[in-house]
Amino acid sequence: MSATVKPRRRAALIRSLVLTGVLVGAILAGSVLLDDSALTSSIESRLLPPGLDHPFGTDHLGRDMFTRVVKGLALSLAIGVATALISTAISTVLGIAAALSARWFDNAVSWLIDLFIGIPHLIFMILIAFTVGGGIPGIMLGVATTHWMALALLVRADTKQLRDADFVKVSRGLGRSPWFIASRHILPLASPQLVVGFVLMFPHVVLHEAALTFLGFGFSPQTPAIGILLSEGMPHILSGKWWLAVFPGLALLLVVLCFARLGDQLRARFDPRTANG
Amino acid sequence: MEPLKTRKAGTGPLRIVAIRVLRFATLLIGVSVLAFVLVLNSPVDPIQAYIGADANVTDEQLARLREYWGLDESPIEQYSAWAHAMLQGDLGTSTLYKAPVAAVIGERFWASFALMGAAWVLSGVLGYLLGVLAAFHRGRLADRIITGYSYALSSTPAFWLGIIFLAVFAVQLGWFPVGLAGPAGVPADEVTLAQRLHHFVLPAATLSLIGVANVAMHTREKMTDVLRSDYVVFARARGERGISLFRNHGLRNSIVPAVTLQFAYFAELFGGSVLAETVFSYPGLGSTLTAAALGGDVPLLLGIVLISSAFVFAGNLIADLVNAAIDPRVRNRI
Repeated sequence: MSATVKPRRRAALIRSLVLTGVLVGAILAGSVLLDDSALTSSIESRLLPPGLDHPFGTDHLGRDMFTRVVKGLALSLAIGVATALISTAISTVLGIAAALSARWFDNAVSWLIDLFIGIPHLIFMILIAFTVGGGIPGIMLGVATTHWMALALLVRADTKQLRDADFVKVSRGLGRSPWFIASRHILPLASPQLVVGFVLMFPHVVLHEAALTFLGFGFSPQTPAIGILLSEGMPHILSGKWWLAVFPGLALLLVVLCFARLGDQLRARFDPRTANG
Repeated sequence: MEPLKTRKAGTGPLRIVAIRVLRFATLLIGVSVLAFVLVLNSPVDPIQAYIGADANVTDEQLARLREYWGLDESPIEQYSAWAHAMLQGDLGTSTLYKAPVAAVIGERFWASFALMGAAWVLSGVLGYLLGVLAAFHRGRLADRIITGYSYALSSTPAFWLGIIFLAVFAVQLGWFPVGLAGPAGVPADEVTLAQRLHHFVLPAATLSLIGVANVAMHTREKMTDVLRSDYVVFARARGERGISLFRNHGLRNSIVPAVTLQFAYFAELFGGSVLAETVFSYPGLGSTLTAAALGGDVPLLLGIVLISSAFVFAGNLIADLVNAAIDPRVRNRI
């Protein structure tokens, strides 16, 4: 397969991987290295515009916005990875089970997929956050249960193809259990699809998590999450403190863009059929 | 002859409509059960949310309220009572606004409807045109700009775009008011249409822009396929190009997928409007939903979840039926 991939495309993929890796590394390192003392409030440094001491300015309590943004992004990434993993697991289990099980179960799964595609996602997430009572679990559960459908459809289609492959037929003829077939035959071959699906899902997960936080579900106001930075900054943004709006959002945009691009390139690399490169 | 005839009747358009409508109904029931179960298991005590800070309620009154609302019955009985009332148009009473849920929703529905309708049409038209433009110039500068723009847009948090619009156009430039549906302090029925429009522009623009990326990128793909087809190559050989090529061959082959996509976009649109309404304090369903969830107003929350889901499912249903009506390949496959 690698011989058919255009070298330029491969170079672009590697660039994307390196760029995303460096960005993630920088955010994680920054969130560990940056001093928490920049987050203590101080009256004399309230609402300072960006400068040498505070590259992103300071907020209404005099906290350094750069530190808050970096820590917020690290939190977003951590929660995003965990959430996207849960979602990928749901897609995998339901997709494979639907394809290998009886027809009624397959129909039930496809009904469930229709149901979850149809519910307005943000509204459902709000409902879940309400049920769980907000906080990180509410956000993770809400976002994870609304992002698995597209990947589940792909996994199901792939599994159906594999199910009719000769080696799987032989395996079944030898009396192997569906569990064995799913875990030893289907899963290894579906794993590239899962990796791509995970990366493609990730930007959406992070954006939705930020949106929920902005609306006031989830973290306590002391947590430096990007959504909280923006909702806290709202009154001051309205009185002209533009840096409170620009930097947190732009930083989030950059991270999301990196992952979205990486996802599309990975998809083009592993599955040229569904890629619209 | 006989079996052929029955088979033909079995795949008629009526049957397609019936299957789709039946699916619509089961999905709606599914959502109502799901939403009900979720709300039932929430830590919010409906009685506490209803009486609020009023400490002068005796235990006896509490017990009577519990009985009145049927809180001691089994979940299934509660659900069926609720669903029954629901079907008769009784959505319950909002604990936050102390008014019937149907009235609260009705008041805000049109504000949201106008917002989403405008964004739906604008993003559809703009996205389609940009997609066509990109496909006709594939690989060249215009295509790169449109693709890059769509990319950036689909990675942009919708609420952040709203905040930036607010900061730039309302705060810095002062072209538009900061929020709400009309000037502060003016009763709703005295707000003029011009004032309404003035307050409407920024949230509608935010919501429209966010929706452009999806349609643009799909139309670009679809149109690229069309432009690479044999009939377009032949048409080009005959000397057709530009507008006439688009009108004679491109339009009809790319508009249906775009319209279908736009109908399926209802779900996203609702989420976007929750965010846009919250940023601009625009009094629609979205900002009310946030208020209901944060304020523990269960009946209102359930009502909005159901109404919005019904809306989205209806959108998908229409998309399916339009597709089936227009495209004979889809029509014969169902």
